[in-house]
Amino acid sequence: MTDLLWILVSAMLVNNFTLVLFLGLCPFLGVSARVSTALRMGLANIFVLTITSVTASFLNAFILPFAPYLRLISFIVVIASLVQITEMAIKKLSPTLFRELGIFLPLITTNCAILGLAIFQTNRGYGFVEGLFFALGAGLGLTLALVLMASIRETTELADVPSMARGMGLVLILAGSLSLAFMGFAGLFTV
Amino acid sequence: MSPTPTTGVQVLSRGVWRENPVFVQLLGLCPALAVTNTVANSLAMGLATFFVLLGSSVLVSVAKDWIPKQVRISAYILVIATFVTIADLVLAAVVPDIHKALGAFIALIVVNCMILGRQEAFASKNPVGRAVLDAVGTGAGFIVALVAIGGFREVLGYGSFLGVPLLGPAFEPWVVMILPAGGFFTLGFILLGFGWWEARRANSVRPRRWMNEATVTVEAPR
Repeated sequence: MTDLLWILVSAMLVNNFTLVLFLGLCPFLGVSARVSTALRMGLANIFVLTITSVTASFLNAFILPFAPYLRLISFIVVIASLVQITEMAIKKLSPTLFRELGIFLPLITTNCAILGLAIFQTNRGYGFVEGLFFALGAGLGLTLALVLMASIRETTELADVPSMARGMGLVLILAGSLSLAFMGFAGLFTV
Repeated sequence: MSPTPTTGVQVLSRGVWRENPVFVQLLGLCPALAVTNTVANSLAMGLATFFVLLGSSVLVSVAKDWIPKQVRISAYILVIATFVTIADLVLAAVVPDIHKALGAFIALIVVNCMILGRQEAFASKNPVGRAVLDAVGTGAGFIVALVAIGGFREVLGYGSFLGVPLLGPAFEPWVVMILPAGGFFTLGFILLGFGWWEARRANSVRPRRWMNEATVTVEAPR
């Protein structure tokens, strides 16, 4: 149990996917202008990451031992189609949830955090349950980073910054400061 | 996108500077920040991406008439994933050290939006020759950007360039530059530099392209 919690917290804070491992920067920079949007993007991410983790465990256990060189191709194809199917299912079953997550679901498929999760999980040899906790931690970490970034950006929007810093330059430097803050979590655990 | 370039030279050159994938279009940022703590890693990553981009562009351009429109994105991803697998295996066999340092990011070239973007925007609509020029230009631009960021970080973070000590023993390395935060800071300051340069240029007649493109990405569903 302790191990599982460790995996969760480590993926969420110490090795935060966005701020420390640089995975999923596109949504982090593109969709972090409003807190409400960022939160929804984060939730959609948690959802897709969990599906991915389950899929990757399944592929690793049953299919890939026979053809390891197909790993990358099968991951991306299976994940993309699964997200597509899930999107259709949600649309049918819960229109409210579909409106909430809507356009974010397909966008997430090409987010490197998703494929990154599948690959990291494989490289570290996580099983089904460990993978699930890893995905949950990663998703929570992404959401945390997105929401923090969005709240900072909402604040700086009204600030009087020099004209050359309007746009991505400022956002990246803010992200750097956040990343620096997350470095503080590195000493959170002593094994 | 800028007006369609007509000559081959224009196709080749715009990817390097005017539409540089990292500095101007802000595409492919994950690898550009994640593996650029030394010049050697940046170079390997840039070359691997260059190879994948060139190979995919050629194949997509050759096969463009046989790919049904409805499944084109999946087809592009399959082509890209194949080339990435090749690059991954070749790097693991030829330069195992660098392959280890780059880790999962070689595999993640698949989801580099710059590569998919070039297939969709250019290779699928142009003959092979122009697709090659475009891939070479964009790939070179990516390498330039990665090596610039990597050089900045290695010089300040280790006091060396390509492993050769530059700044002497008295230099105190800036550890922050090697940390992930250093990647954000470096690209941030480079973009600030560009912003300052553009602002100085005759009160900039045209708006900065990257600002428009970066902010238009997604609007929340109401």
